[in-house]
Amino acid sequence: MNGLLVLIPVALTLGLIGLAAFFWSLRRGQFDDLDGAALRIFVEEEEEAEEQGHGGAAGG
Amino acid sequence: MTEVAAPLVERDFAVPDIRCAGCIAKLEQGLVRDRRIAAARVNFTEKRVHISCAPDAETPELIGAFLLLGFEAHPIGDGAAEVDRGASDSRTLLRAVAVSGFAMMNIMLLSVSVWSGASGATRDLFHWLSAAIALPTVAYAGRSFFRSAWRAVRHGRTNMDVPISIGVLIATALSLYETATHGPHAYFDGVVMLLFFLLCGRWLDSVMRDRARGGVTALLRNMGTGAMVVGADEQSRWIDADAIEPGMVMLVAAGERLAADGVLVGGASRIDLSLLTGESAPQAVGFGDPVHAGTLNIEAPIRVRVTAAGADTAIADIARLMGEAAQGKSRYVRIADRAARYYAPAVHTLALLAFAGWMIAGAGWHHSLLIAVAVLIITCPCALGLAVPAAQIVAAGSLMRVGVLVKDGSALERLAEVDLAMIDKTGTLTLGRPVATNLAEADAATRALLLALARASRHPLSEALTRDLTAAGVTPVAIEAIGETPGFGVEALWDGRRVTLGRPVQTLADSALATELAIDGVAAITVCFADALRPDAAETIAALKRAGVAPTILSGDRATAVAPVARALGLTAQTGMSPQDKLAAIARQAAMGHKVLMIGDGLNDGPALAAGHASMAPGSASDAGKNAADCIFLGDRLMPVVLAIRVARRTQAIVRQNFAIAIGYNIVAVPLAFMGYVTPLVAAIAMSGSSLIVVGNALRLKGAAR
Repeated sequence: MNGLLVLIPVALTLGLIGLAAFFWSLRRGQFDDLDGAALRIFVEEEEEAEEQGHGGAAGG
Repeated sequence: MTEVAAPLVERDFAVPDIRCAGCIAKLEQGLVRDRRIAAARVNFTEKRVHISCAPDAETPELIGAFLLLGFEAHPIGDGAAEVDRGASDSRTLLRAVAVSGFAMMNIMLLSVSVWSGASGATRDLFHWLSAAIALPTVAYAGRSFFRSAWRAVRHGRTNMDVPISIGVLIATALSLYETATHGPHAYFDGVVMLLFFLLCGRWLDSVMRDRARGGVTALLRNMGTGAMVVGADEQSRWIDADAIEPGMVMLVAAGERLAADGVLVGGASRIDLSLLTGESAPQAVGFGDPVHAGTLNIEAPIRVRVTAAGADTAIADIARLMGEAAQGKSRYVRIADRAARYYAPAVHTLALLAFAGWMIAGAGWHHSLLIAVAVLIITCPCALGLAVPAAQIVAAGSLMRVGVLVKDGSALERLAEVDLAMIDKTGTLTLGRPVATNLAEADAATRALLLALARASRHPLSEALTRDLTAAGVTPVAIEAIGETPGFGVEALWDGRRVTLGRPVQTLADSALATELAIDGVAAITVCFADALRPDAAETIAALKRAGVAPTILSGDRATAVAPVARALGLTAQTGMSPQDKLAAIARQAAMGHKVLMIGDGLNDGPALAAGHASMAPGSASDAGKNAADCIFLGDRLMPVVLAIRVARRTQAIVRQNFAIAIGYNIVAVPLAFMGYVTPLVAAIAMSGSSLIVVGNALRLKGAAR
């Protein structure tokens, strides 16, 4: 019984953290472009880094 | 890039050609290289690009930046507000799904311990905890049901949300009472689970509508979104279509669509009226001739004095017809609503009967109410609420992958019922754009030279040549000193010789479209153009017939122009039809009990598209056509039409199976509930089991469009 007094709040808190994380990501627009997110892994990152680093001087 | 001066302006562009990761990289990295554009972000799902640009960047310049990268872009203006509202609806629903899902899992955890034998103070504690989680959840996640149910009840009607709301509220109240009186059963888990599954169904439905709307907005505003207007000081500037006023003078380049009605005051050209009338041969216009919004200027730049703009154009009449025609379609009742019409009263009656029966049997109001609630919960259309949206969203997703956009679920339902197809000719059976007919006569060197010259010009015929030659794998030769004289053609130097591609010296008979390649002033080849049939038109017609849908042609073009197409495809045709005639033809067939599928692209097809039981338009169609159509298919092939009908029919079959599963489950579960054997445990298992089966069945549609 004493274990429960600790475990139940812990379980609920963990669940609430998950819910809060989901709401946060929803508000940040992470679910706005699901298909695009799947494709973005194919976009070469070096190129992007270069773009940012050299202000777009690099060729595509 | 940082050198762009603040403040920046945010703008959205629809870019229908975003197809792969390469496009995303090309756009996002390429656009920022433009001095005026600070940042670009692609939304792949909605085929849109959001850019932050300098405030002085004008629309044509931005579109030019897209063109440089090889993409066609269309500005999205006020349309965004409407789209965002839809998206925020789904987001509210998704939030409710998340909350109810969280609550469901936690209450389930507590319930499992109760089911496995917790008793006394522990059980009470768990029940109170469940109540503490369930009450706010019901209040938050149930809002949309309560609101809709209240609206229905206030107007003296009933819908699916009424039994849901009553069930949820009574079960919650009763569980609270049970908890307070140390009863053995509380239905909090059932209540929250019910909300969770129902919200999933609602959310899927809403996501599907959003996606289609996103796809359609990306395709809309394909034309005439503005014009280059010449001011009093001979300075030209770009203004948006809705700001054009009568009296202004527009400069319309070759290959541009007119943004308003007007009278030609400078230049001479030929105008493609096919979107407006279905007539395929371009019409020659000279000084003083009237020209209409939405038509395409194909030959030379012209100046047009605007006589009517916006709602006053010749299109307004067609828009009015469309509005009237669309009313018939709004009377269609979706299958889920039809089911609800019988289902909701049945559920109420059953629950009442259960209550009355047990009262008469002398069980006492508490026990009777408990059983009535069990009946309500078990019959609540969990699986039924998922049955339709789950199947339809999977089918729409599978169709979207092959290039068919379905606007909503009711479109799929109506498409499955069609038995007669009325097809427009120009732009639907045919490609609706010029295709070179005699390229085979040219040798390899000539072709390479043709491509080199053609791709230097934005003239529609040059673009057609570029497209055909590139598709044939021709590599262009190197040419220099390229120049274009509007109305005459392109000229350049090739190996020191002067080469030109342009208007033929001798006018050809039959007003055919042609362009001539000359080397040092000597004609090398005259390329003729004609509107070609879509590559798989014949197969599609055969497949339509096999599918039990009888096709026929409905064209605004002359009989002489339609006859070859009709003969080639073995179809009957009605020709020279005005928008009213097309409307009447559909009404005649509908009166004979046929369900007509209208396939068309032009403005003149708009009313017919709105009137058909279901309708489809190609992606190249006019705005009016795309707005009125239920489905839009992309690309040059016509086969997606048959594919869409096939998928729609399979979807309908799956929906029916899903209904059968949901009803079969009720036939088993309701007697149990009636007898009072349904504990929260049984309700939970039955509900989640049937929902999962229904979703699993719907997932079988995943590859349906392949």
